[in-house]
Amino acid sequence: MAQVDTKHKVLVANRHELAVGLGKKVVIEGKELALFLQKDGVVYAIEDSCPHLGGPLSEGMVSGEHVFCPLHDWKISLKTGEAAGADEGCVARFDVEVENEQVYVVMPGSV
Amino acid sequence: MKEKLVVIGNGMAGIRALEELLKQDAHRYQITVFGKEPHPNYNRILLSSVLQGDTEVEDIILNNYDWYDENNIELVSGDPVAYVDTDTQTVYSAKGVERSYDRLIFATGSNPFMLPLPGADKEGVIAFRNIQDCETMIDTAKSYKKAAVIGGGLLGLEAARGLLNLGMKVDVIHLSDSLMEQQLDAEASRMLKEELETQGMKIHLNKQTEELVGGNRVEGLKFKDGDSLDADLVVMAVGIRPNIELAKETGLDVGKAILVNDHMETSHKNIYAVGECAEHREVVYGLVTPLFEQAKVLASHLCTEDCDGYEGSIVSTSLKVSGVDVFSAGEFMDTEETKSIRVHDEFEDTFKKVVVRDNQVVGSVLFGDTSDSPRILSMMRSGQDVSEMNKATILPSESAEDNAGSAVELMPDDENICGCNGVTKGEIVSAIKDQGLTTVNEVKQCTNASRSCGGCKPQVTELLSLATGEDATQAKEPMCECTEHSDEEVVASIREMGLTHIKEVMNVLGWETEDGCSKCRPALNYYLGMVNPLEYDDDANSRFVNERVHANIQNDGTFSVVPRMYGGVTNPDQLRTIADVADKYEVPLLKVTGGQRIDLLGIEKENLPDVWNDLGMRSGYAYGKGMRTVKTCVGEDFCRFGTQDSIGLGIELEKKFEGLNTPHKIKMAVSACPRNCAESGIKDVGIVGVEGAWEVHVAGNGGVDLKKSELLCKLETSKEVIDTVAAFLQHYREQAKYKERTSHWVERVGLDAVKKVVLEDEEERAALIERMDIALSDQQDPWEDIIDNHKKQQDLGFEKKEVSITT
Repeated sequence: MAQVDTKHKVLVANRHELAVGLGKKVVIEGKELALFLQKDGVVYAIEDSCPHLGGPLSEGMVSGEHVFCPLHDWKISLKTGEAAGADEGCVARFDVEVENEQVYVVMPGSV
Repeated sequence: MKEKLVVIGNGMAGIRALEELLKQDAHRYQITVFGKEPHPNYNRILLSSVLQGDTEVEDIILNNYDWYDENNIELVSGDPVAYVDTDTQTVYSAKGVERSYDRLIFATGSNPFMLPLPGADKEGVIAFRNIQDCETMIDTAKSYKKAAVIGGGLLGLEAARGLLNLGMKVDVIHLSDSLMEQQLDAEASRMLKEELETQGMKIHLNKQTEELVGGNRVEGLKFKDGDSLDADLVVMAVGIRPNIELAKETGLDVGKAILVNDHMETSHKNIYAVGECAEHREVVYGLVTPLFEQAKVLASHLCTEDCDGYEGSIVSTSLKVSGVDVFSAGEFMDTEETKSIRVHDEFEDTFKKVVVRDNQVVGSVLFGDTSDSPRILSMMRSGQDVSEMNKATILPSESAEDNAGSAVELMPDDENICGCNGVTKGEIVSAIKDQGLTTVNEVKQCTNASRSCGGCKPQVTELLSLATGEDATQAKEPMCECTEHSDEEVVASIREMGLTHIKEVMNVLGWETEDGCSKCRPALNYYLGMVNPLEYDDDANSRFVNERVHANIQNDGTFSVVPRMYGGVTNPDQLRTIADVADKYEVPLLKVTGGQRIDLLGIEKENLPDVWNDLGMRSGYAYGKGMRTVKTCVGEDFCRFGTQDSIGLGIELEKKFEGLNTPHKIKMAVSACPRNCAESGIKDVGIVGVEGAWEVHVAGNGGVDLKKSELLCKLETSKEVIDTVAAFLQHYREQAKYKERTSHWVERVGLDAVKKVVLEDEEERAALIERMDIALSDQQDPWEDIIDNHKKQQDLGFEKKEVSITT
């Protein structure tokens, strides 16, 4: 239960600030996350660093539930954080909650 | 704590063992590799292709440095291991790196055997074993003419062919009375000699070298029979010896090489050997297939102690000399217990021999046509009874009926296509079908077939054709994985059906993915804009980040800014402004580019609009698929050779085509004389001034696929030049595939076809020029556009978003 106690929600953006098809980088206490708004209003949050060589995924081309890293075109799932195809690797993903247009990211542990 | 695995040797056997190991258990070991050569693991077999000019050194790298990083393998290269302490289980490198191990692999390979002749230490006497030897030969060929190769075996002949390609006169000196006597019988050997002599090699049989003569550098050879020969370069290719010095010093049991059991274990606990340095059941292998088989067994053993052991390999060889197909396997010489099937066709210059003992195929030699080799090898491995078979079943290529199907087609599924990597026909065919593969490269990525010597590429291509029902050498290439349609079909549909949005194209043409991918989206965005230049609303989200934010992304996520300098001409004010901006934003690197302008590197994204504003210059489009820059030489104003105003024409061209979207980047140049200081010979459009006229050259490429531009036409006025360039570029915009450079496009359609449209068909030429003007009519400087538009800055995410936690 200790783990649950240390999780906390962080307000990162208003949903209006996000656009479908384009990532948004937010820096939470020095940690870089990429937010992606989907057509159905769901927001995904993943670490803004490609498992390959750390490319900024927030700058990648977005296709539905995937983003293509701008450095070497790795395809990363926004939902699971995993690399697709022949590439292997995974970025951290974070739970997101949207309440009254406010976007919260659930940060694990004490940040 | 992970167990520590140390590999001595960074070559094909050791690294293949690691690849197999990672496949089975990626996380069990913490791995360190020591290598003597200052390179990552490369394909030693293809050195002869590098020498023969078919491949570059970079292309034969099998595992680049990224691979080591990605798999958390520590690589100590250019630093051999000097000492192994088996008591403390620690290795020490020559430069003092020290690593302890739980398991240790010797993969030290072989050294070339240098004949201990007087004079063998002279400059210009080398072996043929590594990248450095290859480079030495290539360099030597630049200033010397006469080469001698000692050794008429596989390696020697490949080296000889390479030296011929490098323009040297080549003599091959061989001790025995026939070439490749280890692999070929007398008949095949004689045919090989004839063929190589036609290619220009001079071959001396029954010749023994006594001494190498010369000063510091070798000047010639003296033979036992009193003859002599002049040579500026001597390549010794008389064989290899297992590299077992370190193993001996370590105290491992050795025979011809390091002795190993069926699990590749040496005499010492936790120490293994694999590859050319290992001796298994009294055999030392020097070919790639057995090494890979050993690597697999070793990897399994390192993961699960209890697994099948290695039982030896049946080996075959092929000679990689262009124009000569040679294959040899097993016992190829006739003895009293053997009978053979022999086909010698003097019209086709082919020779085929299959040796049979007790109704089983035990060996073979093929010359001229080796297409039956996989089948023969598989019959040898399986020990199949051939007593009931006729000649055509054993050698399908000899089948009289043309429609009997090719050798590959008749092959059973469990036969190996790729001998190096042990990939069967069945595995390749199911990979093609299940994963929808369409190119040899994809097959290579997915199955490893043709990744080593590349010899099975023709069979893989044929399998692709058979499996997909299309000629794989000219198969229609779908735009990407999202669709079956080719680029041409998509463009035709956009035109014919009047499609206007990306989403619409995807819906109408039945895209298999909902939102496309990073390949098709930018292409569709380009095609729609090209077809409807005035109406189409560009989709920024379908553009690669560089074109979206109008700067070049760098490896650390910062950007670079290249302002436009027309024709590479600048002035004190401009330079002062750039210097001020560099100071103000603490720009980490200022660099003069190849396109004659200045690059400001390391700018944070949120600073880009301010940097642009402070510069007050226009975007150089150094990031886009579009017209980049026009490089110019000094020209008639100052240059004593200049015949024309190259700067003036360059600036005019750059202003005219600034901001144009094209299928791929366009680089231009204008030189004022044929000395070509602006390098017009390797540009998409390269203009060269001659007395009273301009030559227009097109479709050069200074990048990956280096290509000299071709002369399109010669014109008198700059107005004609600009019109012709406009017609050429518009034709390219309309006909080329997205991401196809002008060089590849012209190669595909032919320069004559381009000339017909751009120069000869006056009506079409005028229409092209008009459509180009329409495409250019809507140009606006993208930097200025963003500087003034706060909404755009927000949409494109230029503002930094920082959140602090307040709980």
